[in-house]
Amino acid sequence: MPQQQTSSPGQGQRFDWWAAPAAATASDRTAAPGRPAVPGQSAVPVRPTPAREVPPAPAVPPAAAPAAGPSGAGPSTAAGSSGAGPSGAGPVEAPQPSRAVATTTDSTEVYRAVQRSAAFQDIRRSHRGFVFPVSGAFLSWYLMYVAAQAAAPGVMRSQVAGPVNVAWLLGLLQFATTFVLTWLYARNARTKRDRAALGLRWDTQDQLR
Amino acid sequence: MTTATPPPVAPTGDHHDLAIALFAVIVLVTLAITLWVGRKGGAAEDFYAGGRDFTPLQNGFALSGDYLSAASFLGVAGLIALYGYDGVLYSIGFLVAWLVVLMLVAELVRNAGRYTLADVLALRLRRRKVRAAAGGASVVVTLLYLVAQMVGAGSLVALLLGTSSPHARTWTIVAVGALMIVYVTVGGMRATTWIQIVKAVLLIAGSVLLTVLLMVRFHGDVGELMRQAAQHSGAGHRYLEPGLKYGATFTSRLDFFSLGLALVLGTAGLPHILSRFYTVPTARAARRSTMWAIGLVGGFYLMAIALGLGATALVGSAEVRHANSAGNTAVPLLALVLGGGNGSTGGVVLFALISAIAFATILAVVAGLTLASSAAFAHDIWAGAWRGRPRRRSLLRRGAVPASRPGAGPAGDGATDLATDQEVGVARIAAVGIGAAAIAISLFAQQLNVAFLVGLAFAVAASANLPVLLYSLFWSRFTARGAVWSVYGGLVPAIVLVLFSPVVSGTKVALFPGVDFHWFPLENPGIVSIPLGFLAGWIGTLTSPEPADADRFAELEVRALTGAGAA
Repeated sequence: MPQQQTSSPGQGQRFDWWAAPAAATASDRTAAPGRPAVPGQSAVPVRPTPAREVPPAPAVPPAAAPAAGPSGAGPSTAAGSSGAGPSGAGPVEAPQPSRAVATTTDSTEVYRAVQRSAAFQDIRRSHRGFVFPVSGAFLSWYLMYVAAQAAAPGVMRSQVAGPVNVAWLLGLLQFATTFVLTWLYARNARTKRDRAALGLRWDTQDQLR
Repeated sequence: MTTATPPPVAPTGDHHDLAIALFAVIVLVTLAITLWVGRKGGAAEDFYAGGRDFTPLQNGFALSGDYLSAASFLGVAGLIALYGYDGVLYSIGFLVAWLVVLMLVAELVRNAGRYTLADVLALRLRRRKVRAAAGGASVVVTLLYLVAQMVGAGSLVALLLGTSSPHARTWTIVAVGALMIVYVTVGGMRATTWIQIVKAVLLIAGSVLLTVLLMVRFHGDVGELMRQAAQHSGAGHRYLEPGLKYGATFTSRLDFFSLGLALVLGTAGLPHILSRFYTVPTARAARRSTMWAIGLVGGFYLMAIALGLGATALVGSAEVRHANSAGNTAVPLLALVLGGGNGSTGGVVLFALISAIAFATILAVVAGLTLASSAAFAHDIWAGAWRGRPRRRSLLRRGAVPASRPGAGPAGDGATDLATDQEVGVARIAAVGIGAAAIAISLFAQQLNVAFLVGLAFAVAASANLPVLLYSLFWSRFTARGAVWSVYGGLVPAIVLVLFSPVVSGTKVALFPGVDFHWFPLENPGIVSIPLGFLAGWIGTLTSPEPADADRFAELEVRALTGAGAA
């Protein structure tokens, strides 16, 4: 069973990914309106099961509930979009017409609709907003370090402490920044994206079914 | 200090018996793993992606196992032993490159692709020629890297066994090639991954053991270690300063900058690294395995720096150079000294142990490369581009959608199963063919500089694979023409510039020393060919007769960032 194989200590530390799809689909079918309770906890480390047992939040469901036919998909898209943005994006932008198409499994329309949704835009913004500037920063820091050997050998030779000179210090700093940026990226992904992305994943797949 | 004793040049006589015995043990263990794991099933999912059920920790070890080749273990430490700080400089590019993998590539590739790099491109650019171009570039990169590893293996094993006869070298190359073919054809990705894990554990454990022994020897005083190293390097304080290897002329500095650029950008385009991300179930697992790999690779290089310094301090640069002009035996020689010197039991055991780890490293890396190469050939060139049937691909796409266990989609269609089985069969045959080709090229290219070949493989990966990958993942207007131009626009300049570089002609150490048709001054083409790859993709997209397919990009983007419909 995949459940047993993947629930390693590293994976299960914060979130059991294999428990999640089962729970998500179950809650979509049975108690779909319960999911809008999620946004209130978006800053907390991901813990899906208790969140779904919270009674429906009155503020969100009315807009999405009338979509009777594809009810499995409707509220959950709303949940995903509001779950991503702490600013309370709300269910307004959940594209109504595309959901009717979704039942006819036109996957292109589903992907386009999801791409337009505020939930997805938030995920993309938080990914690119971190990854692009940081990549530019560490690449130029590394290339400047390499270029400094050719451009400023005198500076690189000056002593700092004992046998350590500036070149060694900068080299060790490269190691340090690599580890720190790895940690920062992981923290950013965990707190800003993971939960919203997972919610959107199951919602999208429900629509594609 | 102990450094006053004359260090050994190389162990002699029966000391190699233990090394040979340990080599045999490693071969038997890896073959046993292959046979044991290989029984588990021959579906495409198993062959290409190891069933996608490895944990992040396992895959992190496998990633670092794939990445830390013998060139890293012996080569970087040897460079540090000979050139001090310039060797350190070389190792840093290998580590920083992982940030590119972590942030820009790992998770998105895991979600968007199935088995290979070209899968990611094919998701939004459904063109056979895109697949063929990306698959072809992957085969070129892996073949270059494979030849580098096997040439290195030939000279290294001969060196470790104390023979310098060309026969030993030839037979080593043939034997390593035969073994890697067996691993891949019988065991597929699952066996390859387990071999990587075993190798990575051995490698890290061996490095930790040596580093601890070294630190005990110096009572934990790193400053003293550096001073001793400078003292025994023959270069004095210049050993600890930049410029000992790459500082002679402006051209050599520029060459190093070119290499640095290739190293930092090439890793994210290496097919055998990218295909590792398909062995874990989710994008988050891919991220965590990359984090493990960064920790392991970073820790390893820190230890390699210490070991290189230790080899200089305890063995001496002159002796290291005397044993092997590239410094490849610095770490085994250090092991001999740390174990108690030549003739002592501890020294012999430690020398044999480190040699065996180096041998395991070679075997594991060539297996990973052969697998990636055969996957690129069978999945991209043969099935995707040459035979490529639109009907089959749309079926596969449909099958990948549901939320059940990734990969175990309802691919119940008989025709699809048959086609996939056929494809895996082709991949196995391709592994044999590529292995044979690599053996042949390696035998022919035995004189080539290994470090140059590795640098070239990274440069080609960074020029041909990375631009097209990044454009596909992030640029909404990217088109099929842009993709094809980007691949060839990086691949062709990289190869052409090398043909007209001092590596091929014009110098005494060139491939053809007799003639001189070189006009490109640098050994590494990265500084020119990488920007050309990006530029060609950009121009190709701008001049494209048809606009980008926004629907396909929506699918790619949603899939890559959320994992919806991921295999």
